Formats: sequence, structure tokens, C-alpha cells
Amino acid sequence: MKVCISSTGKDLESEVDPQFGRCGYFVIVDLDTGSVTSLKNPGPEASGGSGIRAAEAIVNSKADILLTGSVGPNSFSILSEVGVEVRVGVKGTVADALKQYEAGDLCIIDSPNSSAHNGMKNS
Amino acid sequence: MKVAIASGKGGTGKTTVAVNLALSLGGVHLLDCDVEEPNCNLFLGLELEKLEYVTCQVPEIDPEKCTLCGKCADFCRYNALAALPSRVLVFPALCHGCGGCGLVCTEGAVREKPGILGILESARSDSSLEFSRGVLNVGEAAATPLIRALQRHIDNSRPAIIDSPPGVACPVLAVIGAADYCVLVTESTPFGFHDFRLALEAVKALKVPFGVVLNRDGLGDSRVEEFCGAKGIPILLRIPDDRRIAQLYSEGIPFVEEMPEWKEKFAGMFSAIRAIMESGEGTE
Ligand code: SF4
Ligand code: SF4
Repeated sequence: MKVCISSTGKDLESEVDPQFGRCGYFVIVDLDTGSVTSLKNPGPEASGGSGIRAAEAIVNSKADILLTGSVGPNSFSILSEVGVEVRVGVKGTVADALKQYEAGDLCIIDSPNSSAHNGMKNS
Repeated sequence: MKVAIASGKGGTGKTTVAVNLALSLGGVHLLDCDVEEPNCNLFLGLELEKLEYVTCQVPEIDPEKCTLCGKCADFCRYNALAALPSRVLVFPALCHGCGGCGLVCTEGAVREKPGILGILESARSDSSLEFSRGVLNVGEAAATPLIRALQRHIDNSRPAIIDSPPGVACPVLAVIGAADYCVLVTESTPFGFHDFRLALEAVKALKVPFGVVLNRDGLGDSRVEEFCGAKGIPILLRIPDDRRIAQLYSEGIPFVEEMPEWKEKFAGMFSAIRAIMESGEGTE
């Protein structure tokens, strides 16, 4: 099973970034093999629809679970279409987020928890 | 004559100036082109009726023909398409109707259907003021086509006062670029000055003559004033930082209605703009 965490950097020591569409990287941890890989988020470079690009990248990475802070409606519709489980409430480093996940501290959301234009307006 | 009322950012009093100017003059056509947040009618309270729905062609993917190759999604620079392993998802609100996805699809899987961008409305013909506005659907990205559609309804037989969207992005340029004169509303605060200079650059690039209205005058410092003085930019009007004006604003009342002496000041500003236009000056 692969878990993907929205992050500011590329490894387990990086700080998490709660903004799904606009975070710098996604750190992907394979819980079965313990391998850690990272993926640059294509979202921030998009002039609009950053969440869509970000969600597409998650889908292509074959992650099963996403740990983040907030997900807008467009991203959410993509993630739920392919059945990626979304859990929110990450804090600290990527390693901390994994611990929170394993301890059951991150709740699953079944609807978007931010608006489509977050982080886009006035920019 | 078309006069655009603009500002580098929201909340500087652009709508206040547009509404009070229109009410002071009478016999003008007021247009609210701030289609994401059309606030003019909050102060006017006019009864509106529908002029038309504005649509744009959005793609629809035929799952029978689509091979999920992803070319369409790669092409779309507005990210309105997502190619997923199971199907291509369309986000109509982000689509700008360029038609490109249909061109790059070699399978003929992209059809087009009209999507609604928003609605144009105008005040009933028996209203005290001729007023029209556009209202963009929530989350819809393509404001410019809606604004262009609204501009086609401008009554050319009388002066038009146009409340522009804030900022300096594409929809704003569509409004200012189509105007004969631009009134930039600003506050003399550090942030206000920064946004004012951005707006100024945009107006200059469009070669539209312009002047400045200082709102909440007396609140900040004198930097806008000094800047305008040095550059020879006319300050058309100063609206003081006044408790009564702020109070009326918060109650949704255009202040010229309660403080009629201001009608003359707004009318005076309009005459000054006319004079500038007739003399062919105004730009630097
Ligand atoms: S380009 Fe055509 S065939 Fe390819 S994914 Fe898009 S709609 Fe499907
Ligand atoms: S018409 Fe243009 S903007 Fe709309 S989805 Fe197709 S490529 Fe994107």
C-alpha cells in the first residue's frame, strides 16, 4: 500500500505542507516495502486548476492514500473517482504524519474541505 | 463616452465611486463589470431582469471513442481536463472554450456543448437609473467572455460609467481597454500605493487617459499625492476619511443621497474628465 504526503521537501524529514494543490512535493511511502520516493507537484506551475494537475499526479503515482491538510472540490472529484482515500490533519514532518496516520489520528474526508480558488485569487 | 472606474485591488472604494458618480450625474448607463463580485446593486437595490445567459463551448468526451491517450489533457493550458486511467474528467468551470482539445484528439472523441458562464441582467426600464451587470457563475474561471458580452449592451446614446473588476488581470484589461477614460481609485497607504502603481502601469500600457480619486483621504500618508504631483497625474477628487460616509457605506446607502453637496463634486469631476478628453490630454 502506498501513502502519499503533501510536503515542502522530498524526504521523511521534510515539513508537511497542508495545501494540497500548491505544495512543493509529494513524498510517497510504500508501507509494504518501506521505500520512500518523491514527486514534484506540477500544481504550483499551473496558472489555474493547480489542484487538478496535483490530483492527476497522485493518480499516476498509484498512491492509495493521501495525507494532507485541505483538498478543493476539483481535486477531490478526481481522487474519489479513482478511489484514493483522503485523510487530513497532518502536522510536523512527513515522518510525523505517517505516525499520525498509523495511530489513527487523521480523519478520512468524504467531501472537499476547501474552496476551488484557495491560493489562486490575487496571485 | 465610456469611463471605467478601476483600482489595483479590491476594497478601495471603486464601487462607491462608480455608484455615487452615476447617481450624481443621472441620465448615464452604469455597468457593473466586476462579475465575480457585482456589488453595485447592493447600494442601488434596483429590480433586475435577465438580459441573457452567456455560454461558452465546453468539451464533452465520448467514452466509446476515447482511448484515454491523454493528449487533450496535456494540451489544455487551463487544466480543465484530467486524463485518469478510467476516463477523462472535464471541469467546465475552468474551460476557456478554446476548442484545442477537440483539435488534438485524433479519435474524434471530443464533442462540444454549450456551458453557461453566467448571466447578464439589467434594471427594469422604468427604473430611476439605467443599470446593467454580469454575474459570473461561482467558481467559473472565464470572466472575460462574460464582460465582453456585457459590453455589447452598453447604451451608446449616453455616457457609460463602468465598475471594473479589481486587480490588473485579463478581465480588468478588457474593461479598461474598451474605455475612453479611466478613473483609478486608491488609498494613500503603503499597500494602496503599491497596488496603485501596478494599476497605473496597466492603464499606461493600454494608452487610456486616466486620473486619480483618493479615497479615505487623510488616513494614510501623502505618497500617492506626491507621486501624482511629480508625474503630472490629475487628482480628480478626494473623498475624506469621514465617519458619516463610512456609516452610510456600511448601511448600503450611496452617500450622495444623504449628503447632496457631494453630487456637485462628482458632477464637477465628470466635467473635468470631459474637458480633459476634449482637449486631448490626459495621458503622460
Ligand atoms: S485526446 Fe481524445 S482519445 Fe485522447 S484522451 Fe482525449 S478525448 Fe480521449
Ligand atoms: S476547449 Fe480549450 S480550455 Fe476548454 S477544455 Fe478544451 S483545451 Fe481546455
